[in-house]
Amino acid sequence: MQGKMQLSGRGLGCVRGGRQVFSGLDFEASSGEAVAVVGRNGSGKTSLLRLIAGLLVPAGGTIVLDGGDAEMTLPEQCHYLGHRDALKPALSVAENLSFWADFLGGERSDAAASLATVGLDHATHLPAGFLSAGQRRRLSLARLLTVRRPVWLLDEPTNALDAAGQEMFGHLMRQHLIRGGLIIAATHAPLGLEARELRIGGVA
Amino acid sequence: MTALSALIRRDIRIALRVGGGALIGVLFFLTVVVLMPFAVGPDLALLSRLGPAILWLGALLASLLTLDRLFMADHEDGSLDLITMSRTPLELACAAKALAHWLAAGLPLIVATPVLGLLLNLDMVATGAVALTLLAGTPALTFTGMIGAALAVTLHRGGLLMAVLVLPLSIPVLIFGVAASQAAIVGPMTFGAPFSILCALSLVSLVIGPFAAAASLKHGLD
Repeated sequence: MQGKMQLSGRGLGCVRGGRQVFSGLDFEASSGEAVAVVGRNGSGKTSLLRLIAGLLVPAGGTIVLDGGDAEMTLPEQCHYLGHRDALKPALSVAENLSFWADFLGGERSDAAASLATVGLDHATHLPAGFLSAGQRRRLSLARLLTVRRPVWLLDEPTNALDAAGQEMFGHLMRQHLIRGGLIIAATHAPLGLEARELRIGGVA
Repeated sequence: MTALSALIRRDIRIALRVGGGALIGVLFFLTVVVLMPFAVGPDLALLSRLGPAILWLGALLASLLTLDRLFMADHEDGSLDLITMSRTPLELACAAKALAHWLAAGLPLIVATPVLGLLLNLDMVATGAVALTLLAGTPALTFTGMIGAALAVTLHRGGLLMAVLVLPLSIPVLIFGVAASQAAIVGPMTFGAPFSILCALSLVSLVIGPFAAAASLKHGLD
């Protein structure tokens, strides 16, 4: 992982379907820091994450990552864990994960260890279509571990996870921060680690 | 390179699994062509005259049948987000997906052609000519169809819109594909001229398709 990094947004605006979701939003996060984005439904938490991931074009403002890999764009250094799990029901757990390892430039050899970490090592040959919602979420978490990226953008990451799963995930996030990564998570539930709060769109 | 070959392998694997698109396309092609002799009647001369056109129409409709899911499935499960964010240029990823679709859904149609030629009273030479024109022409169908598939994602409309958008684009391919087959079978034109144009159409769509599809997908980000 690179040295000290700083991700900052200045005067961000977002317009969706002709409606101003938010405007003039500032945020910053640096290595080893987690930011919890909170706000009521529809306040633009997901939109903010997708702006950072380059999946939405901002209506105004800039997002800058200082100190990352200069040869890569910001989205290329991000992991985006959205509502949808990016899993193919016809492929097995191991096939799903090794595809993303190959496509995103990770190591296949790390895949088995990541599956063990998230507690799916007993189900590697099961088609992903048979997994429960919680297991699907665990499989997407394994993607974050198999391919190393400094910035994690997490959208309601603990959804569908059981208590043990949430604890496991809290532990993974802490490890990521210790290694110098940074996390921006949109959430209603407590993340299970110390996080700076970024409130958008009034009171939650 | 690893990224692209991984994408191609994944798409082919999904297409070949139960419920994938590859088998459905071939079955549809078989059904359309097998029904034709019953509709046209047992006039062998007429059948062999219509044969190339029927095979081409069948292949066109069969390749359209599965094409509308090309990007829709990845869009629905969120894979497209990750593909867009990755280091791999979206244009190359689009080309890889189209190639995988052609390998899984287009190539089996060409393999099935000799069998179906029998049903349409086409001799060996004629069947070979049709198979060759399909081999040269179906990439054009896939790569222009990809533009429609990308627009279907952008505009949030599947199915019918895709057919309405793509079918007019495939008219030139159909014209020269059937013309080349007829030239080989009955003459009087030479086979070379329409066949070269067919190859040219495929090459042009190979270049334009990925860029147009990627531009459409980028524009439709949400």
